[in-house]
Amino acid sequence: MKEALIQKEVLILDGLCAGFPARRGEVRVLDHVSLSVPKGKITGLVGESGCGKSMTARAVMNLIRHPGRVTGGRILLEGRDLLSMRKKERRMLQGREMAMIFQDPMSSLNPVMKVGKQVDEAVLVHEHVTHAEAKRRTLEMLEAAGVPDPERRYHSYPHQLSGGLRQRIMIAMAMVCRPKLLIADEPTTALDVTVEAQILDLMKEMSAKGTAVLLISHNLGAIARVCDDVSVMYAGKIVEQADICTLFDRPRHPYTRGLLSAVSSLRDGSEVLSVIPGHVPNLARLPAGCSFSPRCSCRGKECMEKTPEMREISPGHRIRCLWEEPGKKPGEKELETEGLAAE
Amino acid sequence: MLRKKEKQIVSDFEHRKADPAGPSEISEAYDLGEAETFGKLMLRMFRENKLSAVSLLVILLMILCTILAPVLTPYGETDMDLLNRLQPPSGDHWLGTDEGGRDVLTRLLYGSRVSLMVGIVPTLLSMVLGALLGVMAGYFGQWTDTVIMRLADIVLAFPSMLLAMVIMYTLGGGLFNVFLTLTLMNWGSVARIARSETLRLKKSEFVEAARSIGVSKWKIIFRHILPNCLPTLIVLFTLNVPAAILTESSLSFLGLGIQPPGASWGLMVNTGRQFLYNAPWLSFVPSAAIMVAVLSFNFLGDGLRDVLDPRLRKQ
Amino acid sequence: MKRILQALLVLLLVSLMLFGLLRIVPGNPVAVLMGEHANQATIDRLTAELGLDQPIHVQFFRYLSGAVRGDFGTSYSLGKPVSGLMGTAFVNTLLLSLAAALFAWITGGLCGLLAAIRKNSIPDRLFMGFSLLGISMPVFMAAMILQYVFAYWLHWVPISGTADWRSFILPAVALGWNSAGSIARLVRSALLDTLEEDYIDTARAKGLGKSGVLFRHALRNTMLPTVTMMALQLSALLSGAVITETVFSINGIGRLAVQAITARDIPLLQGTVLFSTAIVIFGNLVADFLYTVLDPRTRKEA
Repeated sequence: MKEALIQKEVLILDGLCAGFPARRGEVRVLDHVSLSVPKGKITGLVGESGCGKSMTARAVMNLIRHPGRVTGGRILLEGRDLLSMRKKERRMLQGREMAMIFQDPMSSLNPVMKVGKQVDEAVLVHEHVTHAEAKRRTLEMLEAAGVPDPERRYHSYPHQLSGGLRQRIMIAMAMVCRPKLLIADEPTTALDVTVEAQILDLMKEMSAKGTAVLLISHNLGAIARVCDDVSVMYAGKIVEQADICTLFDRPRHPYTRGLLSAVSSLRDGSEVLSVIPGHVPNLARLPAGCSFSPRCSCRGKECMEKTPEMREISPGHRIRCLWEEPGKKPGEKELETEGLAAE
Repeated sequence: MLRKKEKQIVSDFEHRKADPAGPSEISEAYDLGEAETFGKLMLRMFRENKLSAVSLLVILLMILCTILAPVLTPYGETDMDLLNRLQPPSGDHWLGTDEGGRDVLTRLLYGSRVSLMVGIVPTLLSMVLGALLGVMAGYFGQWTDTVIMRLADIVLAFPSMLLAMVIMYTLGGGLFNVFLTLTLMNWGSVARIARSETLRLKKSEFVEAARSIGVSKWKIIFRHILPNCLPTLIVLFTLNVPAAILTESSLSFLGLGIQPPGASWGLMVNTGRQFLYNAPWLSFVPSAAIMVAVLSFNFLGDGLRDVLDPRLRKQ
Repeated sequence: MKRILQALLVLLLVSLMLFGLLRIVPGNPVAVLMGEHANQATIDRLTAELGLDQPIHVQFFRYLSGAVRGDFGTSYSLGKPVSGLMGTAFVNTLLLSLAAALFAWITGGLCGLLAAIRKNSIPDRLFMGFSLLGISMPVFMAAMILQYVFAYWLHWVPISGTADWRSFILPAVALGWNSAGSIARLVRSALLDTLEEDYIDTARAKGLGKSGVLFRHALRNTMLPTVTMMALQLSALLSGAVITETVFSINGIGRLAVQAITARDIPLLQGTVLFSTAIVIFGNLVADFLYTVLDPRTRKEA
């Protein structure tokens, strides 16, 4: 049963923790993050900037910058634990079985190297092929990534290309070894809206061919467009996890609701922009109890004392909130008429 | 009335902090100059960079020695004692005596006057000259820019030592001419930096704002642009002082700078060099003094740069 | 092409300024040269012979047209053509500077590299301490210490002169010491900056190992600021050569310039300074060119 599950899930994060050493103890940036990315699907990871989304991606790709480090949990790629592997072994998986694309395709490409060569390199690192063969593979992949006139673009330098083209190059570089897992960290943030749509479609295409995709974004629109499952992250913790329909139709965590209403108020063009009050908390000084409680519109007394655990409220729908049901604050008996009465 | 309003609008712009769309570096630079008092800034520097604190102490000590030189030693600067020539360091003469029997420590203390002055005075002059010209070039652009920057190009094209030699040749030796030479040599690089800084500031919002309400050019330059260049210029100053000390010592070493019987560290090395093998302290002691002074100013400059102007860090 | 024209313009202006500076010197140089007891007729004859009675702009154009053809006039004090004197001196200066540059780039580059890779380690601190010492030490001090220790004391190498290649070792190290310090510091900070760049993450995500990341991606980008620095160092090297050549009695351009000043030999001084400046300007051009080769962003679209 469990084996079968692992077969389908390409990536499983199990209680992943990461942090930076600080003056007293450490600042925990990822706090028991658990999620899974199944084959052929796009899994979204949403949250405000600084909540640990990128850190999650970096932890998987072993790119956490000094002095940050993974402090606990497991990262399973097709059942193999990356954290217990030898350095070299793990490195050889990177680029071949899992690959990553970054937020800013300009700064993520080496400015003094032809883009074609940079894609070639991904092949040459992992496979003993000739340069000619690598080039052939590159051109093929560029074509598949929707780069027009690949033969000419092969010899371009990053600064000669548009943002969209650069991101296509990045995708080609990531996909050229046909990895099982693609991590996309805010792949469309630096791009125009029209280009964004194209890139998202391209990723959808990749996942349809069987790649597991972890799409990290703060843009709910992008998530809604392509994702199958979504995890919402706040202050280093996953706070809600569900499939896309459930999450958008019946969000349960107040934070998710806040995010969604901020978007929908924009869409409706309503006069008052709905925002979540307050700021992203300082990870070094998290409030007691639920991390979100200081900003939560429906917090109760208990929220500031008890740290909520992840719990499943319906099959596949998990939240990290003390809330039993909409409209009822935890630890308080009476029904709240204000707040999220719109439910 | 109108003046007051103008002031207010401009200062509103200048004090706009942490504008995410605006050039935050500018507001940072400005905040540092305005909000942080000098004392606080120094404290921060010393906390972050212990070496710079030590260096400042050394520099202050040197200046103190310079002032107190007559009190500190029983000998006069040019007191000859031909019976005690080329004596190695001893209880009477801590650093030995030179070829005329003069006390090396005394000469060193008096020489530090020249060396420190040469470090500071021409650097200050070249800063003022370079900053003014650079800001003008950057602000007015067009032919003013072309003329000033071409001049700077010429000055900077020479290997500095050779240019100094030519100017010293033309002017003749002596302290005043060393000042003049170093000023003429160093203004170019200051002007280049002041110009690029001005070009950056010129596009900033508070300058635009000042311009839009009709503040005169010169007032913008003196009240808004120059003060904002100040952190960069201060850092540049502490980095140019040691360079000037080195250049003077090299000139004097070649016999082209300070002329005897005046004492400068470079000159002491120059005269001491003839006795390198039988009285090495004559050349090594003043050399070491130069190095300590230069090292201190370099450390101080490093520390100041880190707290004042992170942008210069890359250079 | 535009850069070359610009460089030529600067060179022209440099020669104009140099010419002007050397003519402001009060008194007739010929009279100074001949001493107090020369008779006026001889002075006048020599003045006319050297063309010094002509208006200054005529003198300048004469000088310039000569210089373009490689004729820098005749040395007053040595009575030989300046170009010939400079030719032999140039070889020595070139050897010295090349050796110094090689020393500076190799040691400075390696120290900076190691320091950056092992940031905050003991070698890092050691190298950086040394480099600050290098930057702060006057060239003559380095030269004299080396001379005293290795030539006078240990007798490992000749004290001075240019007799064989061994006599170049100390001057080269003394001269390069300074630049090595600046280069080490620059390479270190540039490499550290480069390693922070996003494309380094990309390379690591691709599965490249440490050395792959370093050699294939980081080094070339690190070289960009270093190339600019090298051009600046050329000027510093030629300045330092004046001192080093004096200390080690090497007959190079710098020593020639010092001799020219002592002898009040204007053509010789003018020639040596102009020549050195031309080298610096040329060096800057080469650096510019190198930069375009290394950094495709500065290239024009074909």
